[in-house]
Amino acid sequence: MKDRVVVIGAGGAGLVAALSAHESGAKVTIVTKEYPTRSQTCMAQGGINAALSNIDEDSVELHVQNTLKSAHSLADEEAVKVLCSSAQEAIEWLDSIGVPFSRTKDGKIAQRKLGGASATRACYAQDYTGLKILHTLYDRCVASGIEFLNERYLLDFITCESDNKKNVCGVSVLNKRSGEVELIQSNSVIVATGGYSRVFHNYSTNSVASSGDGIAAAIRSGARASDLEFIQFHPTALKGSSILISESARGAGGYLLNSKGERFIDELATRDEISRAMHDEILKGESIFLDIRHLGSEFIEKELPQEAKLSKLYENIDPALELIPIKPAAHYTMGGIDVNNRSSTSVEGLFAVGECANHRVHGANRLGGNSLLELVVFGKIAGENAAKFANKHTLHREINEQKELHVEKLEQIKSYTNEINFYNKYSELSEIFYLHVGIKRDKKTLLSTLESVKEMKRNLKNMGVSDKGNKYNTNLIEFLEFKNMLFLSELILLSAIQRDESRGAHFRIDAQMSKKEFDAHTIIDKDGVISYEN
Amino acid sequence: MKISIKRESLHVEYDVSLEDATLLELLNEIKTKVDATLAYSSGCRSSVCGSCAVRVNGREVLACSYKAEDGDIIEPLLNTPLERDLVVNMDKAYSFNAKAKAWQSTIALHVELNDEDEKRNALQSDCILCGSCYSACPVYAVNEEFLGPFSLTRVWRYVSDKREENPKDKIDNIQSDGVWDCTLCNACTLVCPQGISSKSDIEKLRARSVMFGYSDPSFASFGGGFGFDGSPSF
Repeated sequence: MKDRVVVIGAGGAGLVAALSAHESGAKVTIVTKEYPTRSQTCMAQGGINAALSNIDEDSVELHVQNTLKSAHSLADEEAVKVLCSSAQEAIEWLDSIGVPFSRTKDGKIAQRKLGGASATRACYAQDYTGLKILHTLYDRCVASGIEFLNERYLLDFITCESDNKKNVCGVSVLNKRSGEVELIQSNSVIVATGGYSRVFHNYSTNSVASSGDGIAAAIRSGARASDLEFIQFHPTALKGSSILISESARGAGGYLLNSKGERFIDELATRDEISRAMHDEILKGESIFLDIRHLGSEFIEKELPQEAKLSKLYENIDPALELIPIKPAAHYTMGGIDVNNRSSTSVEGLFAVGECANHRVHGANRLGGNSLLELVVFGKIAGENAAKFANKHTLHREINEQKELHVEKLEQIKSYTNEINFYNKYSELSEIFYLHVGIKRDKKTLLSTLESVKEMKRNLKNMGVSDKGNKYNTNLIEFLEFKNMLFLSELILLSAIQRDESRGAHFRIDAQMSKKEFDAHTIIDKDGVISYEN
Repeated sequence: MKISIKRESLHVEYDVSLEDATLLELLNEIKTKVDATLAYSSGCRSSVCGSCAVRVNGREVLACSYKAEDGDIIEPLLNTPLERDLVVNMDKAYSFNAKAKAWQSTIALHVELNDEDEKRNALQSDCILCGSCYSACPVYAVNEEFLGPFSLTRVWRYVSDKREENPKDKIDNIQSDGVWDCTLCNACTLVCPQGISSKSDIEKLRARSVMFGYSDPSFASFGGGFGFDGSPSF
């Protein structure tokens, strides 16, 4: 089909990219494993950064500086400049399509201060910034008549060789409803499938869908990944469930306390610093609590209603009267499919955007409010470039003969012996990851974790599924997700082992300083071969 | 704790040793330890993605925000085709957003809004599209093409926004299978996990419809309708 762009993933990044490709004249199809609006984007509360100076004096230069500082010399300055200087336009566009931003009395978009920002920079929509942006984008896509294929799980990107180059020529997906493999032909594909924080399973704040499927499939198809070892931990997740308690609780004056009731860190320090301090306390045998009692029940009801609701539901406590038990949990993955400033991966025609991509703007530590901005700014760029590419490359390649291959692969997986319950192995994986590949790492235990992961991979054939059916087989989907996470786990470990230094979210007990020779991005391929690149 | 889950036509009972847990935690426990064939949907675990709406003892809830109790009967949403166990197909339900034209008709440049304008549709734009209201709505028993509670709330969200240039078009579009088909029974309001009242949004859309010259067609067909002075003309 001429000029067709296929977008995998219907979160914020996927929807912006789809709208942008549509505007650029392409026929767009969005494929999602759930439904649009159920993605991770809906969970973003804090805001979206733009130096609008609506509240206090701010500038693009300051935004660039703050982002670079937080990135610990691991961001691409050009990419960061594109991000920050496009921010005002991004907000104006969101405003123009109807995003119900919070407003000031004098008719400006309201802004609030987030960690690491030198000015009041994050535009927000009450406590639901991500939700309201996502739903408005969805409505815009519906208005544009963009096609949605819901409940299709990504299996693989199909590539062809021409002129010694690897090109994408289609996508294979599993229709969850029918259990059939479907092939979608396209020379231009955008991956927007989100991050891989669910490697940490119950130690992650993320949606259960953040299993890194698109990253794993892109790497398998020959795309390079970068900076996979950089995983951001959020300090305030509920202890039992890892449900996120927004940074606004600390911003409003909440304390962090240990079991003795002592404060042990400046509550407004950066996320990586606070997480490390909490980690040390926990190792000493302390439990950690968030204390917002002194803010008063009236304030909590008005300003932190979601936090109060979630604390009651999951920890059975009233935060106006009691301490909230918390722990740090995996929140955002800075690494991903490596792309250039046109969102192109190393496979021709394959583009990537959002948390699954690494546009090299977050570096070693993402700043709050920059991820929503990233998906709007680079979503637009990815969509334009994918449409342009589709327009130029109209040669139709027959891919249907490949279908059998994908069907066979699935049948093979269904024939695995299922002697070992993979759900138990998944829990095990997340526990060793939280212990050894989390906030503080050490070469020795990273190496032993790598052995455990390899052992699990060898054992996959003894795992498998007990549900052999076709129709809506979530047991099979979850096993495929687990396989992807296991594949990525090995690459994360290899990247973390080789980076013999500490930087941002990657902290090595055995090498606590940053080293000049590591002022470079870790590039890794499907065989785990690592190189460094600026 | 024993709960019963409707699987195809049968109710299957599960005994799970989890106390003080959300229904979603119970479902996860069953799935990973007892019966991996159980099908249900979930996502964010914090009531904002809208994936896990089911019915408990006949009432729509989000599995992630409902504390399960001994003897609970768990069933899939109504008014939607069943895929498997607790998973329903939402394609048709969501298609009503398109049919209702639930979007802003034009790109609005430089329209200034203040904090009062923000309040007009702050609640309506909290919708998470979980489909609870759609399942609870009794109108679908008689009219399968009814635009439905969440789509109409979405229309009100845009109609009430200053950035909408052409509210009349929006109102014109919701006259058939729309605002007048609602019985104002309020079932949607009672089950909404976000505290949105589609019923009252529909009433506001009706009032706006009247401003644009529309009237309730059920009165119009009732013996010739009402006269201009409001008195019955039969």
